[in-house]
Amino acid sequence: MKILKIFIIVFLVTGFFELKSEEKNNELKNEILKNIRCLICQGQSVYDSESDFASSIKLIVDKKINKGLNEEEIYDFLREKYGDWVIYNPQLNKNTYILWLLPLLLFFLGGAIIYKKTLKKKK
Amino acid sequence: MKNKLNLFIIIVFLSFCFVIFYKGLNNSNTYTPKISNKKDIPIFESKDFNSNVYLNSKKIFEDDIFYIVNIWASWCLPCRTEHPLLMELSKNNSSKLIGLNYKDNLNNAKKFINEFGNPYSQILIDNEGILSVEFGAYGVPETFIIDKNKKIIRKFVGPINKEIVEQIKLIIK
Repeated sequence: MKILKIFIIVFLVTGFFELKSEEKNNELKNEILKNIRCLICQGQSVYDSESDFASSIKLIVDKKINKGLNEEEIYDFLREKYGDWVIYNPQLNKNTYILWLLPLLLFFLGGAIIYKKTLKKKK
Repeated sequence: MKNKLNLFIIIVFLSFCFVIFYKGLNNSNTYTPKISNKKDIPIFESKDFNSNVYLNSKKIFEDDIFYIVNIWASWCLPCRTEHPLLMELSKNNSSKLIGLNYKDNLNNAKKFINEFGNPYSQILIDNEGILSVEFGAYGVPETFIIDKNKKIIRKFVGPINKEIVEQIKLIIK
């Protein structure tokens, strides 16, 4: 009887931890899928799309997570296959530095103009 | 003077926007990434269409020739239009045509091959579309050219036409 009790407890505990890790994997999967562009749909992420392309990518991401790959490794894999465009959040490299730095530059330029104007008004 | 300068800046800005949007109108809205550097073929294992036996990619691409990988499906209409051109390409001895049957019903695929002819020296089954992603494909039909060093050197998205066939023939010559 005691052995049966211990067996049931062990079974429940392992089941609970398995469920927890599955939930964690699902969260990670959804986070990754939301950041991948569906290349054959317009303005949709793979997460939102039901297209054939999106369903294949969902399967691949699932398999890669189960294999133990982390988020960045999965993005690298997709980037190698489809280029930077497939990821919504592009990396900073020689092709994308204008994309990243231009808003910052415009922000500072605007700030400088406003600063200069207010300084003029004060005078 | 200041007003004139402002007007000039506004006109320049508007013309700049006009040119950008006008040019954008003519661009295709389907994105095709450039293959900037030659990519290695993926390493995979896949079921053979006829024998149902699992085959290794090294075994499939073992010969020292050009390979043309074509992704197709019986439910895909553009695949039907490109099929006669694939039949023409299959006559070429300097390359082997490998078919990748994408998310298809096996019976329908077999009917398709029986009806239109088999241009492929080997057909692999890609039921989940994973193999196609490994090749960097979007869907069907799509055609890849693999050189003797087992690198993907060209990719054609969509059905091939006569012009593309001529291009392929030039490459694999």
